[in-house]
Amino acid sequence: MNVTLKVWRQKNADEAGYFETLEARNLNPDMSFLEMLDVVNNELEADNKMPVAFDHDCREGICGTCSLTINGQPHGPGEGVASCQVYMRSFKDGDTITIEPFRAKPFPVIRDLVVDRTAFDKIIQSGGFVTVRTGSAPDANAIPIPKETADLAMDAAACIGCGACVAACKNASAMLFVAAKASQLNMLPQGKAEKDTRVLKMVATMDEAGFGNCTNQYECSAACPKLISEDFIGQMNRDYLFASLRQKFLRRKKNA
Amino acid sequence: MKLQANEPEGPLAEKWQKHQANIKLVNPSNKRKYEIIVVGSGLAGSGAAATFGEMGYNVKCFTYHDSPRRAHSIAAQGGINAAKNYQNDGDSIQRLYHDTIKGGDFRAREANVYRLAEVSVKIIDHCAALGVPFAREYGGLLANRSFGGAQVSRTFYARGQTGQQLLLGAYSALSRQIGLGTVEMHPHEEMLDLVLVDGHAKGIITRNKETGKITSHAADAVVLATGGYGNVYNLSTYARNSNATAIWRAHRKGALFANPCFTQIHPTCIPVSGDYQSKLTLMSESLRNDGRIWVPKKVGDKRAPQDIPEDERDYYLERKYPSFGNLAPRDISSRAAKQVCDEGRGVGPTGLGVYLDFSDAIKRLGEDTIRERYGNLFDIYHEITGESAYQSPMRIFPAVHYTMGGLWVDYNLMSNIPGLFVLGEANFSDHGANRLGASALMQGLADGFFVIPYTIGNYLAECRDKRATVGHSAFKDAEENVNSITKKLLNTRGRHPVSHFHRELGKIMWDHCGMARTKEGLEEGITKIQKLRKEFWQDVNVPGDNEEYNQALEKAGRVADYMELGELMCRDALERDESCGCHFREEHQTEDAEALRNDEDFAYVAAWEFKGVDDTPVMHKEELKYKETKMATRNYK
Ligand SMILES: Cc1cc2nc3c(=O)[nH]c(=O)nc-3n(C[C@H](O)[C@H](O)[C@H](O)COP(=O)(O)OP(=O)(O)OC[C@H]3O[C@@H](n4cnc5c(N)ncnc54)[C@H](O)[C@@H]3O)c2cc1C
Ligand code: SF4
Ligand code: FES
Repeated sequence: MNVTLKVWRQKNADEAGYFETLEARNLNPDMSFLEMLDVVNNELEADNKMPVAFDHDCREGICGTCSLTINGQPHGPGEGVASCQVYMRSFKDGDTITIEPFRAKPFPVIRDLVVDRTAFDKIIQSGGFVTVRTGSAPDANAIPIPKETADLAMDAAACIGCGACVAACKNASAMLFVAAKASQLNMLPQGKAEKDTRVLKMVATMDEAGFGNCTNQYECSAACPKLISEDFIGQMNRDYLFASLRQKFLRRKKNA
Repeated sequence: MKLQANEPEGPLAEKWQKHQANIKLVNPSNKRKYEIIVVGSGLAGSGAAATFGEMGYNVKCFTYHDSPRRAHSIAAQGGINAAKNYQNDGDSIQRLYHDTIKGGDFRAREANVYRLAEVSVKIIDHCAALGVPFAREYGGLLANRSFGGAQVSRTFYARGQTGQQLLLGAYSALSRQIGLGTVEMHPHEEMLDLVLVDGHAKGIITRNKETGKITSHAADAVVLATGGYGNVYNLSTYARNSNATAIWRAHRKGALFANPCFTQIHPTCIPVSGDYQSKLTLMSESLRNDGRIWVPKKVGDKRAPQDIPEDERDYYLERKYPSFGNLAPRDISSRAAKQVCDEGRGVGPTGLGVYLDFSDAIKRLGEDTIRERYGNLFDIYHEITGESAYQSPMRIFPAVHYTMGGLWVDYNLMSNIPGLFVLGEANFSDHGANRLGASALMQGLADGFFVIPYTIGNYLAECRDKRATVGHSAFKDAEENVNSITKKLLNTRGRHPVSHFHRELGKIMWDHCGMARTKEGLEEGITKIQKLRKEFWQDVNVPGDNEEYNQALEKAGRVADYMELGELMCRDALERDESCGCHFREEHQTEDAEALRNDEDFAYVAAWEFKGVDDTPVMHKEELKYKETKMATRNYK
């Protein structure tokens, strides 16, 4: 099969970007979308042109590196898949396909389709952890955790940190990403002690990084390669509310 | 050069405790004065950097990824071993130790392996405390599954995403330290050279991926936790960017490379489908708990699997290894698959495949249970092949998956270069000639969280007067070396893209240094690689410049290193004139085609010294002495 690509090219964060039209020929429908880009890049390199820069690593949907907006959809067609799990059989011979980076203000373009997502790391650094020094933990079976809780925590923990939720949201909100991590840890007995500070700090860092507000449209969940449920946003909002109230209360008590 | 393993004296079971008691401590107020460089943020690197930070050292951590969370550890699926004996099925530290050393076909160092089994129990405690959502039983306690090469159930897991969850746990500990300012994180920064000052490792040279800027970094010690080098084969289960550059450039600076030819070929991967293919996808070994492996008895039987009656199927692993059956170790299972395919009984369009069949398990346990256990793996399979494994058996074939070889280290995980430490898959230390499933995650976390934080103390306490700054001429020389490689790559402007050379090298390695090796084949492989290497430097085409985000340039540097490493792997395989574990020399096999070890002549670690690209490397031997373990012939029958 053959397809025509309209690919976003941008040399670096400072220069303006533009769409370039490239032809991808003699493709096999069983190829992955990224393998199709490999083929296109090989041809560009053979012509002494700069290949299209795109992010990828594991190519099996787990590292969260790949980040293409395909035909306007973060991670392209198909439910619950990352860009690297899109196959050419999802397209038709002769199709024109638009490929853009994940677009969001807090994710500046590095080159072509590669964006900078370090804002996510900053959010985790502010509170996405349990404070426990190496070597100081009790026996792992000392604290039983109901299977349902462990399973639900795992559902939240499945987030691969790709940023599709942000790219899909018209407000560039990172609520789904933050809620997934905060809920996972807040729900487990090990994470309870820092429940309040965790959610308050993570939300504050998210706001500082320039992510927008959540207006409950849930485009995020629909684009999420791990189908992280928007229910976690509700859970985090509750945690946040209680945490703010408790903090106010504690502050008043301290001042009294 | 005499290789000193520096194993502590005393009985095996007491060595580590004794050693810990004797290690020099760095006084807390002094820790602040030490700088440690950690390259890599996988399980081993994140664990080490986080713990160093907690202890009060100044840490700089580097990764070429955009975030530490993307290290290749993230992709591990199946699980992590630990001798907890929560299942009360007779497990113990001694048994995990024994399984690991036997699984490695008696080519690993006794004391290191014992320590690994010993600290395994702490890993699970620590990770549970970090909030890793391990699978649990209805009573709320931790669940286990079985993995190859063991008759107990000691593998902990988090659905099919164990590596992801463990790495995110280690990453959260690292993130906390970054937030506290004890660890300075350098993402998108690739190490391109090691710097030695007076024979000690005192820094590294890095290239920033976004700007191309080359920078010198000095420290009191350098820790490499940069993962495995299986991408020499081009097609593998590794992430596309996993590479050998950090350890190879350290090797060029004098670090010995141990057992480079020990490569694990994993039996259960999705078969190759076309030459555009960029990677091979692993189907976790845990599937072998419930899946049965078979091929048709008849050569060239092209019927659909459902149409082949029970008595015309050969469940060859169950037939050959009745007591381990489908859970025979990886090297044995892979070779058995190769044998049946060589006989013409392979399945699928290419004939390079065998069935992994769940129909019995689905009959026995119901589809829901199977979905609960392996749902995401079945999904991956469906996505890639368009086939449903609930309805017809999976087709699988062996693929390159893990490298047991790596830089040589002593008991303290220090290489032969003082001040250079190597952790995780990047070192050679614990898995001998074959790694058992679920043991790499264990080793990465053991090295990073529980071993190096202690053992680095000895070196630091002694090197106090040996500080270096980036002003030293060694840094300038190393920067120049890096720049000259880059220039050479960019100025060649030949006819072929880098991927062409990588593909060619991969083919040579797979054909000549793959699942079965011979003297003639390896010699031919070496000649072919030398020729290809020459062509590479004459004919490679790398577009663009250094001072920009340039993925082609990054790839080129990595492939340039593979061109040298591949040759060393063949040389090592040639020199090791025996079969052991994954290393199968056709000349040395038993009547029923099992690996025939030669302990008399080859019970050693082969540690290679670099002498120049076109010069023959020199091999140094560390004799392996098994004081408390009997070197038996592996028997999984
Ligand atoms: C598909 C798959 C499934 C697996 N499943 C299992 C399993 O179920 N159980 C198990 O025990 N093992 C499993 N393994 C093996 C295991 O995942 C790895 O051996 C282990 O995670 C390696 O960890 P590491 O910390 O040593 O290295 P990695 O996780 O590979 O990390 C390497 C780090 O080094 C950095 N780095 C490398 N070179 C440089 C450089 N030059 N400059 C800067 N940074 C650099 C990288 O950016 C990365 O951060 C699996 C492996 C694969 C491929
Ligand atoms: S919540 Fe989903 S879309 Fe957002 S970062 Fe996590 S995996 Fe990606
Ligand atoms: S490349 Fe890793 S998730 Fe797509």
